Amino acid sequence: MDPRVPSLELVEPVCAGERRAIARMLSRAEAAGPEAREALDLLYRRTGRAHVVGITGVPGSGKSTLVSKLVAALLESGRKAGIIAVDPSSPYSGGSILGDRIRMGEISSHPSVFVRSMATHGALGGLARGTLEAVDILDAAGYDMVIIETVGVGQDEVDVVRATHTTVVVSAPGLGDDIQAIKAGILEIADVHAVSKGDKPESDRTVSELKSMLGLGLPATGLRRAVPVIKTCSPRGEGVAELLAAIDAHRQYLVTSGEYEGRRQSIRERRMLKAAEQVLHDEFERHRQGRMADLLAELSGASISPHTAARRLLAHIGMEVTR
Amino acid sequence: MSDIIRVMIAKVGLDGHDRGVKIVARTLRDAGMDVIYTGLHRTPEEVVDAAVQEDVDVLGISILSGAHMTLFPKMLKLLEARDAEDILLIGGGVMPDEEAAALKAMGVKEILLQDTPPETIVTTIRRLVAERGPK
Ligand SMILES: Nc1nc2c(ncn2[C@@H]2O[C@H](COP(=O)(O)OP(=O)(O)OP(=O)(O)O)[C@@H](O)[C@H]2O)c(=O)[nH]1
Ligand SMILES: [Mg+2]
Repeated sequence: MDPRVPSLELVEPVCAGERRAIARMLSRAEAAGPEAREALDLLYRRTGRAHVVGITGVPGSGKSTLVSKLVAALLESGRKAGIIAVDPSSPYSGGSILGDRIRMGEISSHPSVFVRSMATHGALGGLARGTLEAVDILDAAGYDMVIIETVGVGQDEVDVVRATHTTVVVSAPGLGDDIQAIKAGILEIADVHAVSKGDKPESDRTVSELKSMLGLGLPATGLRRAVPVIKTCSPRGEGVAELLAAIDAHRQYLVTSGEYEGRRQSIRERRMLKAAEQVLHDEFERHRQGRMADLLAELSGASISPHTAARRLLAHIGMEVTR
Repeated sequence: MSDIIRVMIAKVGLDGHDRGVKIVARTLRDAGMDVIYTGLHRTPEEVVDAAVQEDVDVLGISILSGAHMTLFPKMLKLLEARDAEDILLIGGGVMPDEEAAALKAMGVKEILLQDTPPETIVTTIRRLVAERGPK
């Protein structure tokens, strides 16, 4: 493929499910350049069919292994799956090692599966810049379920919750203690709980602890439905069919309860706000270049405070703060 | 367009461990690249499919089993069949100079022999991506 193929020329091939075009469009979304804007807008209009599922949990909890099994079950039901596996970048070099594919060998070459790895590149909240556009692309390309795998250790990293229809939290026995789960707010965010590594003897305890915490928390958190807790064992394939059934049932619940449209609308709203923030940030980065020398000199003499300097910098570049 | 270079590194065939590959992965990450690692024992088809899905700039394959003269041409064909010749294929391993030259003539962009210092791997990848131009 010509490296410089215009993004607009990729729109139809993406919608026709052509893998090379999908892959290149994903790169353009990740780079977030202006050239791709119009193509992404056109693709956005072709979205809305996919069930978007977030899979989150602490590092090493077995997410990728489980996703691989889940997708195998999905394929059996005749559906296609797109997977976006997000991993954190190194804060030192900005580079990253993306290893989720190691656990997805069995399914990643299947013609009805598309797996893409993404690095966060400093973005907070557990998603990379471009992850949600990547969801759009896979949705438009005809993948029935789009799964976002991302590390989540607490409330600060659960952007995925606000971007998906169904959130699955994976807890591994013996990895994080129960108090930690409450503190981190992991309980409230899950639409479905999966307890992984069910072959380990401690897994039954994790299941019953989660269940009792959910039972206690139910009135307080205003949960309107009982959240299923499913024990899985990936090597033996146990609990995988049940997990898929619970994910499907959650979407069904959203539709019949009327919550589905509300959730979709709040995803749209949040994306608008995030995009606006991103634009502000980018504009700021662009304009501040070369405008800081005077202010830095004043700062080094400690004649102004960093806060005052910040307001003057903003005023300098036309982003005046009015209060 | 994005200036972060994406590299996939893989081993094909059944030969042993991945210690060397993991060291290379860390070196490239520390040089600011995104490195996708697929694990051991992949077939050439699986590796090329993965490289296509990931739209990597560079696909680096380590072959220590001695099968490089059949595997590299096969991977070039697979890339071509998937309209993915713009993915830069580089190889690592042990082989005589004539074979390395023959592979380069076929379209493998660079062969890095086993004792190549890590900085050379980094500079080679940067150079090849710069020569290809933006994507
Ligand atoms: N015993 C047992 N081990 C498992 C199971 N599922 C996964 N593992 C192991 O747990 C480790 C981590 O699995 P991954 O699937 O990579 O976990 P992950 O949550 O995707 O990890 P990160 O993406 O690095 O956060 C691997 O060594 C797996 O082999 C399971 O059901 N039982
Ligand atoms: Mg993983």
